[in-house]
Amino acid sequence: MGPMNDSSDLSSEMEVDAFRRLFPLRFHERHLLESIRPDGRPLGRARDTTLAFGAVASADGSALAKIGCTTMLAAIKMEVMTPTVESPNEGCIAVEFHMPPICSPTVRPGRPAEVAPVVSKQLSDTILRQVVMTFSGMIDLKDLSLVNGKAAWMAYLDIYCLDADGALFDTALLSAVAAFCHLKFPMVSLNDDGRVVVVSGESKGGKSGKEAVNKEQRKLNLISIPFSLTCTLHNNYILADPTAEEESIMETLVTVVLDSSLQLVSFYKPGGPVLAFTSAVMVSSDLQKAII
Amino acid sequence: MEVDRADGRTRNQLRPLACTRGTLNRAHGSATWSQGETKVLAAVFGPKAGTKKNENPEKACIEVIWKPKTGLIGKPEKEYEMILKRTLQSICLLTVNPNTTTSIIVQVVNDDGALLPCAINAACAALVDAGIPLKHLAVAICCCLADGYVTLDPCKLEEQRTKAFAYLVFPNSLVSVRRKGSLQVEIEPVEHGIITSVTRGVMPVEDYLRCLERGRAVSAKLSEFLRRSMQVQAPSDSPTAG
Repeated sequence: MGPMNDSSDLSSEMEVDAFRRLFPLRFHERHLLESIRPDGRPLGRARDTTLAFGAVASADGSALAKIGCTTMLAAIKMEVMTPTVESPNEGCIAVEFHMPPICSPTVRPGRPAEVAPVVSKQLSDTILRQVVMTFSGMIDLKDLSLVNGKAAWMAYLDIYCLDADGALFDTALLSAVAAFCHLKFPMVSLNDDGRVVVVSGESKGGKSGKEAVNKEQRKLNLISIPFSLTCTLHNNYILADPTAEEESIMETLVTVVLDSSLQLVSFYKPGGPVLAFTSAVMVSSDLQKAII
Repeated sequence: MEVDRADGRTRNQLRPLACTRGTLNRAHGSATWSQGETKVLAAVFGPKAGTKKNENPEKACIEVIWKPKTGLIGKPEKEYEMILKRTLQSICLLTVNPNTTTSIIVQVVNDDGALLPCAINAACAALVDAGIPLKHLAVAICCCLADGYVTLDPCKLEEQRTKAFAYLVFPNSLVSVRRKGSLQVEIEPVEHGIITSVTRGVMPVEDYLRCLERGRAVSAKLSEFLRRSMQVQAPSDSPTAG
């Protein structure tokens, strides 16, 4: 008890900022006692979320998502490819998550961030969910087929993290879903060799000989839309949508992903102290239902 | 109804477990863990002086290196590395050896489903073999959901055919004497807490809770096996240690 009393005595004299840096855990626990967080939110409240479609003009679909300060830019580029022999009537989606050095002081130039491949793997798992028997993913890959066995769409989804301030996966998923919502298939035509090619913007007016095969710009049909929420657990408190500071101090992170029919898509808790009891599981999924 | 899996197991039956400690001569600690055809070899080196960049020097640093059976390390392996690292961080006493790095190298010998749980169990056994101070052990299990039933410890084929599956890691059941006061305060025993949970595929929330329930039940057996395999080799280990 000795050192604890010392630091709290000290805190009355110390400046708030200094206290925050020297005793980060103590600083946050103080707030938790009052059921409030350093940025003025109650424990269960997520940060303000904004979403803008069509942020990248050159991409076929794009979106900019912001949760608090965390900002992600997602863009989709469509290309025509030959489908694989195993699945001749399906397209393909490649997901890549980038964390450039501008997003956070912990990412150094030249060295890729540790979490980037992990988030990218999680994202492609959530979006694709390739299960052989029953396909239950967000997107029906058959939608991406052009000519059975001959041509299909390859969607390159790139997500750039512009500002990393906690809840990376939530924001990345939101921006990815929004980009798919915004996606419009480009026009395609048959060239002289009988191959399907994308009609680029410049050649649209000039060459009238090659008619576009698909006149109307089709949109992608999303089967179920996943929503995710990250919470940190600390003793008996559950904090929804943590900032980077909160994530680094309170180590237990739980990410719950539910889809629009309230099915559990993912319950992700990588390590951390043993805190997540059944009650906590229930509460965090309830919290998320409330947010949806 | 009873025997309905390809290899003749019941839904709650695990594949035969095997654990050998001290397989490697030069490593500070090593263990192989196999569940049926899935086999993982883990080696522990350390604690070595100094921590990596961006790590807290006031605590011990855990480094996990995942070696796939063939080929180079990709995104799934990176994810496994991170999950394994976070899981092991939570069971190690990090404050005992501050400013040190402990490396855990996980070599996949054969993958026949439930690879990550197998690797976690192997790493845990290797840490014990190396004498790294731990809070408690971790036992990992894979639960599959097929046709509304929970199936434990799937092989590769079952894992691919299933609707959804969950990797769960629980703390092992404690047998040590605890203070009487602490027992009364606790509503749920420690071994019911989840260290790690990773799920793939879509499932209703109730099914996840059923997975948890089954996982907890079987984790008691697993931790019993882990403890037993630690004890058997303990006498033969002591002369080499001394």
